[in-house]
Amino acid sequence: MARAISTKAKVTNTAIAGTLGFLMFIPILWILILAFKTEEDAIRAPLEILFGSGWTTDSFGTVQARSDYFKHFSNSVIISVGSTFLGLLIAIPAAWSMAFVPSKHTKNVLMWMLSTKMLPPVGVLVPIYLVFRDFNLLDTRLGLTIVLMLINLPIIIWMLYTYFKEIPGEILEAARMDGASLRDEVIYVLTPMAIPGMASTVLLNIILAWNEAFWTINLTAANAAPLTAFIASYSSPEGLFYAKLSAASIMAIAPILIMGWFSLKQLVRGLTFGAVK
Amino acid sequence: MSTKASRSAARMMISPAVLLLLGWMLIPLCMTVYFSFLRYNLLQPGTTPFAGWENYYWFVTDPSFKAAITNTLAMVGGILCVTTIGGIGFALLLDKPMFATGLIRIMVIAPFFVMPTVSALVWKNMFMNPVNGIFGNLATSLGFQPIDFFGQYPLASIIFIVSWMWLPFATLILLTALQSLDQEQLEAAEMDGAGWGSRFWFIMLPHLARAITVVILIQTIFLLSIFAEILVTTNGGPGTATTNLTYLIYVSSLLQFDVGMGSAGGVIAIILANIVAIFLMRMIGKNLDA
Repeated sequence: MARAISTKAKVTNTAIAGTLGFLMFIPILWILILAFKTEEDAIRAPLEILFGSGWTTDSFGTVQARSDYFKHFSNSVIISVGSTFLGLLIAIPAAWSMAFVPSKHTKNVLMWMLSTKMLPPVGVLVPIYLVFRDFNLLDTRLGLTIVLMLINLPIIIWMLYTYFKEIPGEILEAARMDGASLRDEVIYVLTPMAIPGMASTVLLNIILAWNEAFWTINLTAANAAPLTAFIASYSSPEGLFYAKLSAASIMAIAPILIMGWFSLKQLVRGLTFGAVK
Repeated sequence: MSTKASRSAARMMISPAVLLLLGWMLIPLCMTVYFSFLRYNLLQPGTTPFAGWENYYWFVTDPSFKAAITNTLAMVGGILCVTTIGGIGFALLLDKPMFATGLIRIMVIAPFFVMPTVSALVWKNMFMNPVNGIFGNLATSLGFQPIDFFGQYPLASIIFIVSWMWLPFATLILLTALQSLDQEQLEAAEMDGAGWGSRFWFIMLPHLARAITVVILIQTIFLLSIFAEILVTTNGGPGTATTNLTYLIYVSSLLQFDVGMGSAGGVIAIILANIVAIFLMRMIGKNLDA
């Protein structure tokens, strides 16, 4: 921009965007406030809640005591982190070979992998449910980890592929000229250059797996239920206990909000399969 | 670079991913198609006779199917309208120079990271509940009758909630696309006397066209499968007012245990999603060549 922007224009823009942004953010802010109120205060009029009531952390304790919150929290962690790293294990070699040893089929293979993502989950709900039942995988963390790994595998491969693609092949050739073996090449040249890309891939996939709410609800009951399914159990009548619902909700979304803010820049690439950069 | 040895090594490295995805796609898909031709109810074990097109016939002629298709289209269409138009607005706004850019962007994007069950329950209870919700409180204090959102406007309420979750997605992608727009082009147009309207219409919108298409297609894929938001707010009701295709299939297969009927619905859902997918794949494929 060659032109100077007047401070007045900047202030106006800030005011408009700030107000609209704040409106979008209100629901999250509101549960953050209600989580620290008593049940009696939480259902009062909004202004009374803001200015006429005290603060307490009781709700967090109650949520844990009544429904073993940390079991579901750890289920969420195990399932989302587990599925991401399992996926990474399978995706790294695949993305590596497609990026550095492309063949005439590479494009088709990539597109086909993406197409598996287009399959609506409800279209295969019945068979997956029956297979899970027969293999005793219903309501297990292992079963859910496998399913989430499979539904996110195309995204992991795609993201890694676009990041690996950006590493110039000449560097690898130079290393090979200097006598590096394939193993050296991967460990000393490729890995350090690929780490930022891998980190954002991991972050995005943990977010996606953490918030996945179709398979987690349909394939789990009391034991393996992650937070998505646990919160769904608040739909009635416990949903009317606003303070408890808020406390449970804020704990469920806080880790992902923080991770999401860190990965904002990489998000677009991952979510559009490189179609928008 | 690609010698014969490295090529076979490459094939080895890619095969686990290909085999897993092939299995994940083909096995359940074949099972769904197979089940859809059987008279198969989990409550009547032992007998699964061949049923021909019976399941499809009953699924399609059921009045709730028509309702589900209408609701699915209304939800997808409504949410797409809100998020695309709102997303363009937000992107244009956030692209302008201002103070505290980071903070404002974070507030706008944040809803995207909230899990579906949380956002649905928070809106339903804390905001739209006619007795204790904020909207109800606001209406009462202004002297109006509070609205029972999920009783009177169930479909619109769900469209509203899901739009809140997807508006940040559209904004983020359109903002990214907008930032790659050549500023000099805009300035040149301005010097030639083009007003804001014609700059938007002839320069910005064509530049955004591709990103808008991507937003619409990707969202459609996800919006066809809205499930958790309906489950925790209305359970598809009242009646079938908020039952979409995904929810209808869930009801017939996991609540009524009718595997055959649910599978027939599943096949129909797959066909519908594929129509959208073909267009999306073409868009992404084009970009891969560039």
